[in-house]
Amino acid sequence: MMDLPLEGITVLEFSQYLSGPSAGLRLADLGARVIKIERPVHGEAGRKLSIKNLWVDDSSLLFHTINRNKESFAADLKNPDDIALVQQLIAKADVLIHNFRPGVMQKIGLDYAAAAEINPRLIYAEITGYGTDGPWKEKPGQDLLLQSITGLAFTTGNRSNGPVPFGVAIADILCGSQLVQGIIAALIRRNKKGIGALVEISLMESLLDFQFELLTTYYNSRQQPQRSESNSGHTLLGAPYGVYKTADGFIALAMMDIGALAETIDCSGLQGFTNDQAFAERDRIKALLAAHLPAQPTAHWLEKLQQRGLWAMEVFDWEKMTAHDAYRALQMEQPLHAEGKEIITTRCPIRINGRRLLSNRPAPKVGEHTEKLIREMNEVLK
Amino acid sequence: MLLDDILVIDFSQFLSGPSAALRLADMGAQVIKIEKPGTGDICRQLYVSDVRIEGESTIFHAINRNKQSYVADLKQAADLEKIKQLLSGADVMMHNFRPGVMERIGLDYASVKEINPGIVYAELNGFGHEGPWKHLPGQDLLLQAASGLTWLSNNQQENPTPMGVAVVDIMAGTHLAQGVLAALLKKSVSGKGALVQVSMFESILDFQFEVLTCYYNDGRQLPVRSAVNNGHAYISAPYGIYKTSSGYIALAMGNILVLAELLGCAPLKQFTEPASWFNKRDEIKQILAGHLAGNTAAHWLGILEQADIWCAPVMDYDQLVKEEAYRLLQMEITVKTSNGLSVKTTRCPIRVDGKLLSSAKGAPLLGEDNEAIDRLFGLRD
Repeated sequence: MMDLPLEGITVLEFSQYLSGPSAGLRLADLGARVIKIERPVHGEAGRKLSIKNLWVDDSSLLFHTINRNKESFAADLKNPDDIALVQQLIAKADVLIHNFRPGVMQKIGLDYAAAAEINPRLIYAEITGYGTDGPWKEKPGQDLLLQSITGLAFTTGNRSNGPVPFGVAIADILCGSQLVQGIIAALIRRNKKGIGALVEISLMESLLDFQFELLTTYYNSRQQPQRSESNSGHTLLGAPYGVYKTADGFIALAMMDIGALAETIDCSGLQGFTNDQAFAERDRIKALLAAHLPAQPTAHWLEKLQQRGLWAMEVFDWEKMTAHDAYRALQMEQPLHAEGKEIITTRCPIRINGRRLLSNRPAPKVGEHTEKLIREMNEVLK
Repeated sequence: MLLDDILVIDFSQFLSGPSAALRLADMGAQVIKIEKPGTGDICRQLYVSDVRIEGESTIFHAINRNKQSYVADLKQAADLEKIKQLLSGADVMMHNFRPGVMERIGLDYASVKEINPGIVYAELNGFGHEGPWKHLPGQDLLLQAASGLTWLSNNQQENPTPMGVAVVDIMAGTHLAQGVLAALLKKSVSGKGALVQVSMFESILDFQFEVLTCYYNDGRQLPVRSAVNNGHAYISAPYGIYKTSSGYIALAMGNILVLAELLGCAPLKQFTEPASWFNKRDEIKQILAGHLAGNTAAHWLGILEQADIWCAPVMDYDQLVKEEAYRLLQMEITVKTSNGLSVKTTRCPIRVDGKLLSSAKGAPLLGEDNEAIDRLFGLRD
């Protein structure tokens, strides 16, 4: 067993779906003991949210993906006896995470002020959709809706596509990741100064931060980002930046010298263009490239471009990617054993002291660790 | 501040590493960028969309506010000596060079650990240290292409579509900051340093952990984007963005029969089986798209919001910044460079003890802190 950086840290996770639980997962992989506080019987709502109708047991594969390496304590937060037990857990915990809408924890009596009274050294971390204030605070904090409201949907796809959302839950995942940063930084301060902290973040602030390059450019030019007509890769970058069809697949071209590109792929139409025109004339340059590149297979272009040191890459799907030695060398997959089924999932992307952080512990059943945790608390009291 | 008294020496360039250092700076760390003479961080010259601030790219200013700049030529023995002195008192060192570069300079982990055993040494690269791609450039679009990510956004008949924000750089930087912070926490107890490594490839695979896990366990079927109004390759109708007679609206997960009722869309009533909301999502989305085009976004949202359906208007930046909810977040800050230039940018998204983390310090001029740092740390050739 390796010595993990967050060993000895206990986290109580009052969270559902993805944003809060993904933060809990990262803390668990870094060595923390993460205990989900769930309502009895049904548990958190994410257990019943499946994608492609894939289930492991009573809970979805999606739930198992996000909640491996955690424990579960069942508590009815409307029952005073259960609240008393949860308060005992809070007294001993280092971190509490929740992603309820504003006001819910106050009603239960577990808001920051109340929790800090029980445990002044506690790091109390909360995720909301749109902040705790303002006209949108009651709106549902759902990923696609946040993408739509923050302008993100106008960054992707071609100009004629209409708004195109990211096909991964970027708001939830980034927000959970940033919460982890705030939590660990607060633990560092606690170790020095002995004080707890309130760490707050919202999905909306995370997605605005995510677009900081675009927004800074917008604030200082007041020009909205414009996607290119075709082969759009990034609204701020000139041609050739984007993905192009070849004879047998697709190739990605990043930023590069237009002259060198014209020469390397032998595209005479491109030769009149200079780097200074790469942004202003990107639609024309991209159209020329899109007409030229289907003449040869990806490997043909890639060899020439890479030989010249130009930034290009074949576009992979997962079948090709997982078959490639470069993917296999990472050893990114790890097995979990849940209810007699083997599930394959990804591991933590961070390596510490040259070692991958692995855990084959499956997600808990609702309340699987309630008794054990009560026993532990009683032993401490004795 | 949370990270008072933490000293970070950052050799990284562009976005991935520097975005991690920015977050550490926001939370109170002192971050010193080590830059090469003459040009500095290549990002200073990465002009985008032809928008420049004082001859430098807007994005350099966004990424490097609240940092200091120290110029050093790592190939000169005298400069390298000063850097080693600086590292001897540092808490964190970060770089994002390709594998082998720091070894050649003599600032690899083994060498730096000898100078400073308690240091947290963080490195970020494109494709990891092993495998046939380890020498390929760690560039955002290329990683999106390599990792299958481009097959998740946009409609089925469209080309593979990259995400229009540097998501790989940003996720990898976020993960690096997590690892650095975790190692610093450990160091605050044990006094021991650590090596923290993140590759952009591993980070963008982690980013896809939900859908990759689905792929690993569903008999390895490739994702299929919906034919129209694609929001997520793995989620049932109505999930997606729809055009109305004025503007667009987003619909997240929802019950098709409830929607049929609320929107007065009779043809949707035939989809009584929830399983069909996934299996026949193209058909459902087409019907919905046709129906929603018949009235305005405000009309539909008025009906749906009242019924607590998960929906939202789709806004661009011009619309967003006019919203009271946006203004109340106070996400915009103005930073000032030492030569008096004001740049409006965004703040750190995290709040601590109810306070915003915002600093008015702009990005440094190249080498502007050399003298002060030499003096402060007593650095000598």
